[in-house]
Amino acid sequence: MAGASKAAVVDSRANLPFIYRQYSPEQLREVLHKMYLIRRFEEGAEECYTRGLIHGTMHLSIGQEASAMGICMPLAADDQITSTHRGHGHCIAKGAEVSRMFAEFFGKTTGYCKGRGGSMHIADVAKGNLGANGIVAGGIPIAVGAALSSKMMKTGKVVVSFFGDGANNEGAFHEALNMAAVWKLPVIFVCENNGYGMSTSTARSTAVKNIAERAAAYSMPGVIVNGNIFSEVAEASFKAVERARAGEGPTLIESKTYRHRGHSKSDRNRYRTKEEIEDWMANRDPITLFETELRDFGFIDDQGIQAIRDAVAKEIADGIEFAKASPTPEIATLQNYVYTEQA
Amino acid sequence: MDAALRELSYAQAIQEAMAIAMDMDERVFLMGEDIGVYGGAFQVTGDLVERYGTERVIDTPISELGGAGVAVGAAVTGMRPIFEFQFSDFATLAMEQIVNQAAKMRFMLGGEVSVPVVMRFPAGSGTGAAAQHSQSLEAWLGHVPGLKVIQPATPHDAKGMLLAAVADPDPVMIFEHKLLYKMKGHVPEGHYTVPIGKAEIRREGRDLTIVATSIMVQKALDAAAVLEGEGIDIEVVDLRTIRPIDRQTVIDSVKKTSRLLCVYEAVKTLGIGAEVSALVAESEAFDYLDAPIVRLGGAETPIPYNPDLEKATVPQVPDIIAAARDLVKGVR
Repeated sequence: MAGASKAAVVDSRANLPFIYRQYSPEQLREVLHKMYLIRRFEEGAEECYTRGLIHGTMHLSIGQEASAMGICMPLAADDQITSTHRGHGHCIAKGAEVSRMFAEFFGKTTGYCKGRGGSMHIADVAKGNLGANGIVAGGIPIAVGAALSSKMMKTGKVVVSFFGDGANNEGAFHEALNMAAVWKLPVIFVCENNGYGMSTSTARSTAVKNIAERAAAYSMPGVIVNGNIFSEVAEASFKAVERARAGEGPTLIESKTYRHRGHSKSDRNRYRTKEEIEDWMANRDPITLFETELRDFGFIDDQGIQAIRDAVAKEIADGIEFAKASPTPEIATLQNYVYTEQA
Repeated sequence: MDAALRELSYAQAIQEAMAIAMDMDERVFLMGEDIGVYGGAFQVTGDLVERYGTERVIDTPISELGGAGVAVGAAVTGMRPIFEFQFSDFATLAMEQIVNQAAKMRFMLGGEVSVPVVMRFPAGSGTGAAAQHSQSLEAWLGHVPGLKVIQPATPHDAKGMLLAAVADPDPVMIFEHKLLYKMKGHVPEGHYTVPIGKAEIRREGRDLTIVATSIMVQKALDAAAVLEGEGIDIEVVDLRTIRPIDRQTVIDSVKKTSRLLCVYEAVKTLGIGAEVSALVAESEAFDYLDAPIVRLGGAETPIPYNPDLEKATVPQVPDIIAAARDLVKGVR
């Protein structure tokens, strides 16, 4: 591109948030679509659970969609992530099909884990999602290992490890960050701080005010973003990916957000007020914020928004039907997948 | 010297296996605490760092949990790590990654991944290292579906089983008794494997089966040599793998001898001896038994520092001789 025309483009968008300078309107409309898909997927899963169609438990990330989408936005298809028990959004953001996710929740053979994992171990290895994890901080060292593979095999892959605020007080977090920094590995640590580790607030559990401050102990950049503003998250992720790809090492991003629902299905919400929850839902909902901004900037109109909502509703309904119609594993296959090769 | 009679120590055999594995497959690399210039706490990695460099012989921080997790993550994404714990006791620091992640990842993901990681655990008592550096925790890991757990008892098997472990697509945990590291024995040159999941009859006999693991194999053989002078003919089965156990070899041996003595160093209760006893009791070999099954295992105590106490904590050759003699003579 000629220098003059490039400068002109930069100037005309210079005051716009990062994403409007970096991504096309089509890409941004697709982000809104995916954010709705995450929201409606979880609402659909919740409804199926309430109706007794899904057993076990689940941890909903409703209210955290901008964080999942923003972090995954600059990732390449073969970049990898490790996720958490609150990982449905990450899975969809990295490219998973909601039909196969529903099938997993229904325990069916067509599910991503063939009915063996459920919500808490949802994965999509083909799309680079190495799996949600039932152990707080369990995926963090694994992400560092994946980044070590990337470096040793010279694949150029970047690895993102998602975890919650609770994980920052686990030993695995500290051991993993230290090793990643010592070895300058292409990994990004993303703490989605939704304010509570189950019922215990970060104020009561964590000695530092901001979890990003932990980065200083491991000589890596620590970045705080408003996790409910897609552009802020995407910009921080973009810079961290560039740094990782350039061989400059890891970054810790703290994405401050909020979960509208309880920790899991057993939560009675006794540790936070109704007013607090309602305030986040009414005034800081990430989808509302992004949708409003897109409309204000003229990237989408009411008709376009409605089209997205309709398309998502159909995907969700189709996905649930796919799950219901899929076969249940045969009992005889109980011990499949324990080993690759029986000794 | 005749190549067929070449002898190496158990530690040298492991080191040679790791070198061969790295020569054969560029995905293989070593991780662990002080395995580089230091050569490993027991000099098993020795000078490998000089031959393969710090990129393939990686000193980790003192971070067993994180290190094990890094090994798991590297294995899942295409590498073939061999992770050395400095002492098997430190598995307690990494149980999360071993038990919840390495063992279950393939299963939880419906077979979409494999976890070809090898973890090596210097184990056992006899070095005066007291309670936190002398344990035998193999049965803990043997209880976990998804793991394979092996205990080579000779230099030959240490090399061949490590090479089998590196080639295995699943997580393999290797428990190496520290007192075996200096044991010398015949080790063939070049690449060969000893299969995981197959026991080995070290000595054939007709009066009693001793099923032993790790260092207890040699002690059982020493006891058998003494009892041979008394006209007692002992069969020694080296279990070699505790998950999965080679049931058939044990059952067939007991059917032949009609008596079973289990000898292992780990704490006696809820251990390998219980498992071997139960598998025999549940099998057709039960009808062949002429005497109660006897277990000789470690005392119900942490490993003490005092050398006399330490020795008394685990089965010794005279204990095996006495138990075997009593069994065969019908004292029990």
